Amino acid sequence: MKYIDEFRDPALARNVIAQIQHDAAARGGARPIRLMEFCGGHTHAISRFGLRELLAPAIELRSGPGCPVCVTASADLDRAIALADAPGVILATFGDMVRVPGSAGTLYDARGRGADVRIVYSPLDALEIARRNPQRPVVFLGVGFETTAPGIAAALLQAEAEALPNFSVLSLHKLTPPAMRAILDAGEVALDGIIGPGHVSAVSGSAAWDFLPREYAIPCAVAGFEPLDILSAIGALVQAVVEGKPAVINTYARGVRPEGNRVAQQLLAQVFAVGPADWRGFGAIPASGLALCETFAHRNAALRFPVAVTPAREPPGCRCGDVLRGVIAPPECALFRRVCSPRNPTGPCMVSAEGACAAYFQFERLDVETFERSNVSTGA
Amino acid sequence: MEEQILLAHGSGGVLTHELIRDVFVRHFSNPWLDDLGDAAVLAALPPGRLALTTDSYVVQPLFFPGGDIGKLAVCGTVNDLAVAGARPLYLTAGFILEEGLPLETLTRVVVSMAETARAAGVAIVTGDTKVVEHGAADGLFINTAGVGIVPPGVALGPARLQPGDALLINGPVGDHGLAVMLQREGLRFQSTLQSDVAPLHGLIAALLDAVPGQVRCLRDATRGGLASVLNEWVSQIGIEIEEAAIPVREEVRAACEFLGLDPLYVANEGKVVVAVAAEAVDAALSVLRAHPLGRDAARIGRVTSEHAGRVVLRTPYGARRIIPMLTGAPLPRIC
Repeated sequence: MKYIDEFRDPALARNVIAQIQHDAAARGGARPIRLMEFCGGHTHAISRFGLRELLAPAIELRSGPGCPVCVTASADLDRAIALADAPGVILATFGDMVRVPGSAGTLYDARGRGADVRIVYSPLDALEIARRNPQRPVVFLGVGFETTAPGIAAALLQAEAEALPNFSVLSLHKLTPPAMRAILDAGEVALDGIIGPGHVSAVSGSAAWDFLPREYAIPCAVAGFEPLDILSAIGALVQAVVEGKPAVINTYARGVRPEGNRVAQQLLAQVFAVGPADWRGFGAIPASGLALCETFAHRNAALRFPVAVTPAREPPGCRCGDVLRGVIAPPECALFRRVCSPRNPTGPCMVSAEGACAAYFQFERLDVETFERSNVSTGA
Repeated sequence: MEEQILLAHGSGGVLTHELIRDVFVRHFSNPWLDDLGDAAVLAALPPGRLALTTDSYVVQPLFFPGGDIGKLAVCGTVNDLAVAGARPLYLTAGFILEEGLPLETLTRVVVSMAETARAAGVAIVTGDTKVVEHGAADGLFINTAGVGIVPPGVALGPARLQPGDALLINGPVGDHGLAVMLQREGLRFQSTLQSDVAPLHGLIAALLDAVPGQVRCLRDATRGGLASVLNEWVSQIGIEIEEAAIPVREEVRAACEFLGLDPLYVANEGKVVVAVAAEAVDAALSVLRAHPLGRDAARIGRVTSEHAGRVVLRTPYGARRIIPMLTGAPLPRIC
């Protein structure tokens, strides 16, 4: 595959890995260099290509909160499910969302009892559903970060242009830099560097991460999603750590510019207003949510269809919150693989294709077994 | 004749008889079917053990690049017999038709079944038709059952797998599942990809003849793809496969990347996984490659005594990962 195979070259990958290990060894240190990959897409690629195994023990990779489905708060999900249950409503959303457990069941369960929940690949598909069902309210449940939000903004503007009265959006969109700050401010996990989200940065620009070296003295390498993309970002981070020169390094220059995508940014500014948002595992994070702005209040499903929800309950024993904050790796959760699996997921990190638990479960069971054995032998 | 299927076509009356005569008997024609008895009474079978299988087909769309539900219904059952080591002889065909199905659609499917069966050297000797109300089925469902004979001396099965055995496949994986999926609405992809649906009994007979007693186990990698077949084999032993050795077409890899699928889990309808004794690998590969359905045959891995119960994939980077059983993927109906 053109433009993909070049970034998967095994010989080149082995060279980069050898270089990383050489540089990391030069640093010494009591513990491995610990890097956080913010983005769930990176977690998935790291697991799929087995990079964690190849970089251990010099480098430890810790997954972050970059899975939009996973960080959706139970209360928000409960509201979406209540909305789907409202008579006449068609609720459209992305596939991963329907299987995520809220306080009592999933959107999929709601569909089982008669709610009209539809899976779409794009918000424009939801718009098409609205065109075809003029008598029924169509709500698009929007989840995602800076990457998906512009598409939803565009769909909303299209609905305005066509004067489609029955289309509205329940916006649960979130901004990534505030969550990164929340992790660093909490200080629960010591991190040496951040693998910056590639597609988010394509919209917001690599400059959105300038605060990391400036305020936290921590390097950030914005990365693409192929093995060599990720490895070169890790290589750049290790170098920055060894040299003690934190900076934002853009290793995904074919997709990301420092200033980002101005058109997409304008769309966001036109449609959304920044405000607080609830994140699973974090609670409320100020200035981290994208709600529809005043001008589009008539398309705000939260205002149009007020639904009563009881206080949310988290599944007992589930440590998705700790996984999302990078405090633990998935196998450290007592439910992982024993109770919680993609077939019977307890928490969202096991559901979403971008969830860290699903990635570990799917691709890294050899590592997990080694991990469990070492835990037993040390009595940890 | 009516232009579309009516409930009366399933009533057993005049329309049923017309349908049987003008569509099924006309195209499937053979001495057993033409009798129109309640059961096909077959001549004494050749020596060996009797193999019997059944499968239902609900693919959507009914017609897809490289095949259709009729061709699939014949090949699927022929292949189920062939991987048991059997020579396929006779098939049955049961149809569930949705009221309103254009007769022309049914005829095209039946003609395709007849051509496929003829080419495969099997006879469709008995059948059944039911019609359900509009909305109670999706156009057309087919069930086929098949009878074959496993010749004396042939014995295959996962219990015969031994550490050191080589694993082969007769060509690239994922063609069928992707070809069908890309036809479905909502995925506006342009592609020249064709389903690999084909009867494999000729290829398998040639293989069994070429390396007698050396083939341990065969399985057609249909639903769940190559990964699922291998997982069905690993109760007593372990399996290791090389990612770089598994043939996957460029288009399939690209579409899988785009859709977030793993080609190892995508369905095939003309691919057989072969476990063969290590000393017979070269002979087995050359006989597979000499057959039109095995030109791209490849050696993809081996049976091992390590990690029993697990399929492990070695990536081109030298990392290893477990290939688990498929856990409920939201895939459309593809077979």
